[in-house]
Amino acid sequence: MLELVIFSSLNGVLYGMLLFMLASGLTLIFSMMGVLNFAHASFYMLGAYFGFEISRRIGFWPGFVVAPLLVGAVGALVERYGLRQVHRHGHVAELLFTFGLAFVIEELVQMFWGKLPVDYRVPASLDFTAFTLFQTTYPAYRMFMLLVAVGMFVFLLAILTRTRVGLIIQAALTHPNTVAMLGHDVPRIFMMVFGVGSALAGLAGVIAGPALVTQPSMAALLGPILFVVVVVGGLGSLPGAFVASLLIGLIQTFAVAINLSLSDIFGSGGAAIFGDLWQATVAQLAPVIPYLLLVLILIFRPTGLMGTRET
Amino acid sequence: MHRFWKRSILGMAAAGIMAWGAAAQDTIKIAYIDPLSGGGASIGEHGLKHFNYIADMVNAKGGVLGRKLEILPYDNKTNPQESLLQAQKAIDAGARILTQGNGSSVAAALSDFVAKHNERNPGKEVIYLNYAAVDPVLTNDKCNFWHFRWDANSDIKMEALTNFMKDRPAIKKIYLINQDYSFGQAVRSQAVTMLKAKRPDIQIVGDELHPLLRITDFAPYVAKIKASGADSVITGNWGQDMALLLKAAADAGLQVDWYTYYAGGAGGPTAIKQTGLSHRVFAIVEGHANVPHEAAQKTEAEFRARTGLGVWYPRVFNQMAMLVAAIEKAKSADPVKIGKALEGMEHATFTGGKGFMRADDHQFFQDMYIASFGPLEGGAKFDEEKTGWGWKTVGKIDTANTILPTTCKMQRPS
Repeated sequence: MLELVIFSSLNGVLYGMLLFMLASGLTLIFSMMGVLNFAHASFYMLGAYFGFEISRRIGFWPGFVVAPLLVGAVGALVERYGLRQVHRHGHVAELLFTFGLAFVIEELVQMFWGKLPVDYRVPASLDFTAFTLFQTTYPAYRMFMLLVAVGMFVFLLAILTRTRVGLIIQAALTHPNTVAMLGHDVPRIFMMVFGVGSALAGLAGVIAGPALVTQPSMAALLGPILFVVVVVGGLGSLPGAFVASLLIGLIQTFAVAINLSLSDIFGSGGAAIFGDLWQATVAQLAPVIPYLLLVLILIFRPTGLMGTRET
Repeated sequence: MHRFWKRSILGMAAAGIMAWGAAAQDTIKIAYIDPLSGGGASIGEHGLKHFNYIADMVNAKGGVLGRKLEILPYDNKTNPQESLLQAQKAIDAGARILTQGNGSSVAAALSDFVAKHNERNPGKEVIYLNYAAVDPVLTNDKCNFWHFRWDANSDIKMEALTNFMKDRPAIKKIYLINQDYSFGQAVRSQAVTMLKAKRPDIQIVGDELHPLLRITDFAPYVAKIKASGADSVITGNWGQDMALLLKAAADAGLQVDWYTYYAGGAGGPTAIKQTGLSHRVFAIVEGHANVPHEAAQKTEAEFRARTGLGVWYPRVFNQMAMLVAAIEKAKSADPVKIGKALEGMEHATFTGGKGFMRADDHQFFQDMYIASFGPLEGGAKFDEEKTGWGWKTVGKIDTANTILPTTCKMQRPS
């Protein structure tokens, strides 16, 4: 039992940190620009594919550095020449723009790299066992992912709380008009934030690509869960996104480990009314649980766990 | 003058229509409806290569009844609804032979669709050749005349697997992990029933269903298998779900025996090599690359030279050879006549056994093999995915011993 708890915690925290790398950018972009970026997971996918392309030509480590920068540049360009033009038509137009962009990116990825998963491998320098516990090995690459995610979190926190840029961003989060009136170039801040947000998603893609599967459906698989994280954490709240990411990571991982069903708790009496649902174990329901949480949060606490604004 | 133009235009149009009709007559179109994107794409793409390879072989010898075979690929994204749209598209494009394999949920929808289509469109019937969907219900309660299956159904496979496991006393604790849809559930319930009958001492320590082709990280499931203390795992997983499960097991250093249906699919062999589980991963198949049959070995080598991967589906060779034989026997590519010719047809299979298409339920029966995966030995020639490891026969079940009864009541067209 103890080993299941330990490894589920490790896996859950890892998955949660991965979610956070994406959710942090998404929530920053949302709170600043008011745009729920549907294409955010697509930047994550672009990161994985750029990482793959660079790693097969030069090596994993150059890709680790260059691919997020490239994705960030793509994100900044999208903001500058796409979103900013659409901005004047209002939020609905922006929303539709990012929605369309997600499909465009998926199609482009399929055109360049095909529909099959690509062979994006863990680099040889990280392909060993980090530690063995209860005769279960834990790969070093997963530890590396965890370290990168934690490092990124610390870096982001430092920038936001310790630098001038961070101050302006924090101000723009809550009072964008006042910030503009103080003479700051708000559109440029928008572009930067969008670029950095995309780059973070790209970084997540580069490190997640070899561990999960680099394929054109990877954005669509992760996209919906991101919105859950952002809403549960509270729109625009970075600490909220952090807590919600870990929460959902752990919930999903632990749910898989639990074999309890309603009939185990209340006896088989409800089967007549609820049918199969009564017999379904928590493990089987694991993929639905985050969305259930989303619905409940929206009903009972629309601001999310730590948000200040209504969704 | 005016009339002359009118007449010649009409004439040309008529000639054009006739020429077009003749061109459409030229090929026998076979619609391949399977995943070419998403989690099932890695096996769907390779399945397509089998069909293209065989069509080219047949066409190189002059085709069938002087007509060439043409394979039309349609991407169904492993989705039943999408499959019906694609099937209609294929029929509109002139295909009257459909083939599909991945996903029994898709197969059930397609079989039903074909039966209804044929009822509504007499004279324009289509036939559905199933090369891999193994939910038993397709040749039992939900059987119909237009559906023919070349892979052994799940019950046959589980019967063979459990017979093999019966004589392995080392098995004490078993974990079941399957995909959450009709086929995965069939595997799970058959495994439980058959093990209870044959080895009541075996303890089933886990019975897992997970979403179909949506999991990208099986680490939480592997942690659970590990914690259960299982020494063996039974799984019907295929495609990405098999490869990623094995990959996660390799990462965690999980030391168990694997009893599988489809460990040979894309990514599976690489992951097994990584686990270091030499000859501890078993698969129940109708043939594998190292079955010592001369013709099969020759085809294997040619197929590998052309596609870069091994023959995963000897049954596709059986299916296509029998289709060609049926068309030649019926002297027509009309689906009704093909169907009647296929019923009861006997066939020397790809790996040299004797098989037959049972008329009662349209299930093909053939020799089955239990193969294990490990370093090549004893003159075996072919490895998988450049691992240096390959399949070896550890058990063979003759056609006669694979026959199970059916509940099908076949309705035949007059």
